[in-house]
Amino acid sequence: MSGSKPLKRTPQKSTGLHIGDASPGVKKVDPILVADHVSRKFGGLVAVDVEHVEIPRGAITALIGPNGAGKTTLFNLLTGFDKPDTGTWSFSGKDLAGVPAHKVAKMGQVRTFQLTKALGLLTVLENMKLGAKDQTGESLFQSIFPFLWKKQEAEIEERALEILERFKLLKLKDDFAASLSGGQRKLLEMARALMTKPTLVMLDEPMAGVNPALTESLLEHILDLKTEGMTVLFVEHDMHMVRHIADWVIVMAEGRIIAEGPPEDVMKDEAVVDAYLGSHQDVDLGVVTGRITLPKGEK
Amino acid sequence: MDINSIFINTAQALFSPVTIAFAMAALGLAIHFGFVGLLNFGIAGFMAVGAYGYAISTLTFGFPWWAAFLASMAASALFAVILGIPTLQLRGDYLAIVTIAAAEIVRLLLLSTTWIKTTGSADGLVAYADDFRSINPFPDGTYGFGPWSYTANQFWVLIFALIVLALAALLLWRLVRSPWGRVIKGIREDEDAVRALGKNVFAYKMQALVVGGIVAGLGGALYVLPSSANPMLFATSLTFFVWTALLLGGAATVFGPLLGAVIFWVLQAFLGSLLPAMADAGLLGALSSAQAGALRFVLVGILLVVIVIVRPQGIVGDKRELTFVRK
Repeated sequence: MSGSKPLKRTPQKSTGLHIGDASPGVKKVDPILVADHVSRKFGGLVAVDVEHVEIPRGAITALIGPNGAGKTTLFNLLTGFDKPDTGTWSFSGKDLAGVPAHKVAKMGQVRTFQLTKALGLLTVLENMKLGAKDQTGESLFQSIFPFLWKKQEAEIEERALEILERFKLLKLKDDFAASLSGGQRKLLEMARALMTKPTLVMLDEPMAGVNPALTESLLEHILDLKTEGMTVLFVEHDMHMVRHIADWVIVMAEGRIIAEGPPEDVMKDEAVVDAYLGSHQDVDLGVVTGRITLPKGEK
Repeated sequence: MDINSIFINTAQALFSPVTIAFAMAALGLAIHFGFVGLLNFGIAGFMAVGAYGYAISTLTFGFPWWAAFLASMAASALFAVILGIPTLQLRGDYLAIVTIAAAEIVRLLLLSTTWIKTTGSADGLVAYADDFRSINPFPDGTYGFGPWSYTANQFWVLIFALIVLALAALLLWRLVRSPWGRVIKGIREDEDAVRALGKNVFAYKMQALVVGGIVAGLGGALYVLPSSANPMLFATSLTFFVWTALLLGGAATVFGPLLGAVIFWVLQAFLGSLLPAMADAGLLGALSSAQAGALRFVLVGILLVVIVIVRPQGIVGDKRELTFVRK
């Protein structure tokens, strides 16, 4: 079971992130991302309908909720990969509504994907170098003249190798990313995101399909991001992980935010327990479906 | 059977403006398909635009040869932009449908009698090569040796085409090995991932479409440079010949399309001489020599199928880098 193994270190939790009572849409002391009235419909289905949400800067925030709660859709909307029907949102005070995905990433808000997008037929090192921003050699006309970008390329490579070393992928640097295992691809995707020097890292299910041994090192890397001053927002189903590393938890269900707060408080919230485990978690399935009638007096 | 003439025909295909024009078109398509993953089935349209861009600017506007080449490049670039704005947002298979239609539109417009004074309609255009010939540095006479013997004009076209091809190949080789090339290869793999890293995917796809389009357009100009331009040259079958040459050599390479074009034309010339000769000698049963000549296209089709199944990365490609069956 992932998360059952103790981490090598106990994460230093950030506290005092919010102003007033912890309730859905609560104000934060120093929000990095603020969204208002964001809604997105798919046909008749309201996938996301968020009144107000703020993501605290410099902390690790977990976005949890049952399948179909709209977590990934909200991710897509906030990163410009999908357009909402209504709503405004801003990143570090800059309005982001209608800004295309590549510009959002350039502003320092980088994301990963639920289904890992390692660029399979590029080598691990090429994947990494692609992440670096503002490359002279990426301009069509300047790319023809290597002397214009050779120096920058060497610097980028150096940084890429450093990060690969940290993520224990260095010996794989010349392999095609397609030959990596699922967990290694998750690591590569995260490492590549770091090449953009982000301020906000958004991870969509970083632990999905990762074996327990790698889970631990992935958790360490996420904690490292915070230590280095980055803000992390992640979607996750693994409650142990959420409890362990998140400073703040936002719970979604049916497109709405139903609860917010520090992990230990949120986990006790009745609405969350209902949404996550179902309201009949302590009742026999047969009772729920009406196949068994219990003797009177018993619930 | 006249073994000698079969040999001469085959050998001539090795160095001919047509082979070079095909190599250029395949090179442009390599950028589109091999490096960015754009399924462009309208390469004949790009070649037509390049060819007529050259011929019309010479005949109608009286441009000198070099300006006509620039006009040809500008025309293919414009065609790429017009084609790209609505289609680059589409998924790969839709792009394929749109490009094949666009190429047919170009050909049918050229065939239309509405602009017969400019385009020549079905008769096409001729006699636009005078200015190009006037700068021929080679004095009259015969050049080359053995099967490769040319008049001064033929030789000049050949040398010029080789220079253009060498420059284009060098340029593209530089491009695909640069960080720009890395971005477009990334787009081929997964454009959302590249977008998430802050790259303007649409702009890169457009740049690649324009660059590949210009190269293919120049291929078209070289294709018609020796004699005449005609809409029938740019039928859909041309597109598939270029695809065959590309896949034969290796789509995600720069050297591959050149090799593929040479092999394709040498094979075409060889089979085109051999099969009718065999039919005449009664070796192909009831087939007439004309039927036998057409048989080569069947054989080329079979070749294409075999390559895609047995060696999808082409002759010089890296097996791991480009295959059609992913995962």
